[in-house]
Amino acid sequence: MLSTIQDLAFLVAAILFILSLRGLSSPETARSGNAQGMAGMGLAVLATLLPALVGAEGGGDLIGRLGPILGGVVVGGGAGLVIAKRIKMTDLPQLVAAFHSLVGLAAVLVAVAARLSPDALGLPQAAGGHIAMASLVEMGLGAIIGAITFTGSIVAFAKLQGLVSGAPLVFPGQHALNALLGLATLGLVGHFASSGGTELSFFLAIGLSLLLGFLLILPIGGADMPVVVSMLNSYSGWAACGIGFTLHNSLLIVTGALVGASGAILSYVMCKGMNRSIVSVILGGFGGEAAAAGGGAAKEQRPVKQGSAEDAAFILKNASSVVIVPGYGMAVAQAQHAVREMADVLKKEGINVRYAIHPVAGRMPGHMNVLLAEANVPYDEVLELEDINRDFAQTDVAFVIGANDVTNPAAKTDPASPIFGMPILDVENARTVLFVKRSMAAGYAGVDNELFYRDNTMMLFGDAKKVVEGVLKSGSAH
Amino acid sequence: MTLLAAAHPSVVHELTVFMLACFVGYYVVWRVTPALHSPLMAVTNAISSVIVVGALLAALKGDPGVAPWLGGVAIGLASVNIFGGFAVTARMLDKFRKKS
Repeated sequence: MLSTIQDLAFLVAAILFILSLRGLSSPETARSGNAQGMAGMGLAVLATLLPALVGAEGGGDLIGRLGPILGGVVVGGGAGLVIAKRIKMTDLPQLVAAFHSLVGLAAVLVAVAARLSPDALGLPQAAGGHIAMASLVEMGLGAIIGAITFTGSIVAFAKLQGLVSGAPLVFPGQHALNALLGLATLGLVGHFASSGGTELSFFLAIGLSLLLGFLLILPIGGADMPVVVSMLNSYSGWAACGIGFTLHNSLLIVTGALVGASGAILSYVMCKGMNRSIVSVILGGFGGEAAAAGGGAAKEQRPVKQGSAEDAAFILKNASSVVIVPGYGMAVAQAQHAVREMADVLKKEGINVRYAIHPVAGRMPGHMNVLLAEANVPYDEVLELEDINRDFAQTDVAFVIGANDVTNPAAKTDPASPIFGMPILDVENARTVLFVKRSMAAGYAGVDNELFYRDNTMMLFGDAKKVVEGVLKSGSAH
Repeated sequence: MTLLAAAHPSVVHELTVFMLACFVGYYVVWRVTPALHSPLMAVTNAISSVIVVGALLAALKGDPGVAPWLGGVAIGLASVNIFGGFAVTARMLDKFRKKS
């Protein structure tokens, strides 16, 4: 009876989770989707606690057991709320990476707890009295995926936060070492399962996976972070799945699969946005070598047209349509509010202002959309690549701020370029391109941008925020 | 084969649930608008903390000693994600407003 109620509650929670993802199909339904997700989580927790609450289990030491539970919820939940409230929207990618690492570690801890008290957690027994082999496989896989998620996310966090260099870290024999570690880990899980649950091989497998997580993400460069964050998102789901199989809990299996699928799809979308295969991203090294090669090549000093804030303000005011193309540079400079103010001034003059977002702009999927939304840009002015690309030909000014590689025509014209084949925003088709950029340095892919030298391009050098504020000031002075 | 023979009868049932959930996830996530990919990531992060169910079981039922404490720590970690994840998603979604 009690367990039926519990299972039904889990089913409802799983449906609520599905609905919460469904809600994200439009900004209008997204908020209620988030509420459904919260309700699902609350229900899942209550249903798990139900037998203990009605006194059907836990027995005399229930009070003693509630201590760690309440402690965990209060300390963890409080920390989570404070972090969520204080985090700057530009720092979202590293926050998400940090959160992934916690899910990974939690999965490892639960797997270890299951290994230590299999009977109490209802794990099936094999004939010999030890844990059934299938359960051991599930437990082992859940633990190693969790461990890789944990340390991999820590590296991703450190790179995004700038604690370690975002440049890919490569050394000879890296892939061979990783492959060896991976095989050894799987071998240990195999031994763990076939030997009836040897603790030594279990903990060794977890240790090697922790190391593997570090080594897998270290060689991946900053520009590939959107893929990495998505991939770790996916892993955290599969880890939850593994634990669900171990504990025979359908809710964990369903939710893990949802999250795993979501992360996998986002990884795919990001890879497609860069025209790269997931394998080449995982193997890493992108950016570093190319940048070195670009620097070594004979750097001919080609003339660029450089403009002042006044020039830019003049050109913008005489336009009738403007498309703003933001990139990671806008996030770094926290320029989104200044950009929106500039757009407001232009709109007041009757100028049509819109925003164009490349799928991999920023450091996580949808990063630019959140930043613009934060600056109160209405979401219907913000368009995705396929929706706006044709319109550049009828656009007077393309205002590129902090984006580089995603506008580089070489992706279409130069088969030798490392970014060849990547879908780009066709800003070159606009009558005038205003390019806000810190210096003439190459983008993350280390490729020179042909666009800088075009006749219809005007470079505005400087910090993104200062440049936009300068344009604003000279615009309103007239 | 040995693995199949050793499998708990519920494994096939669970595999069914798993595969169907993968399909549901696949179709639901493809319908998410790209503009909301960041909130999607934050909310999936929050709901993947449903692992708290496993942590609660360990804390409630685990053999006295280490297991309940492992459960307690895992509950703490998952709680950071649950509260933090949903709160940061709500904060993001609050900003998505239409042209007034």
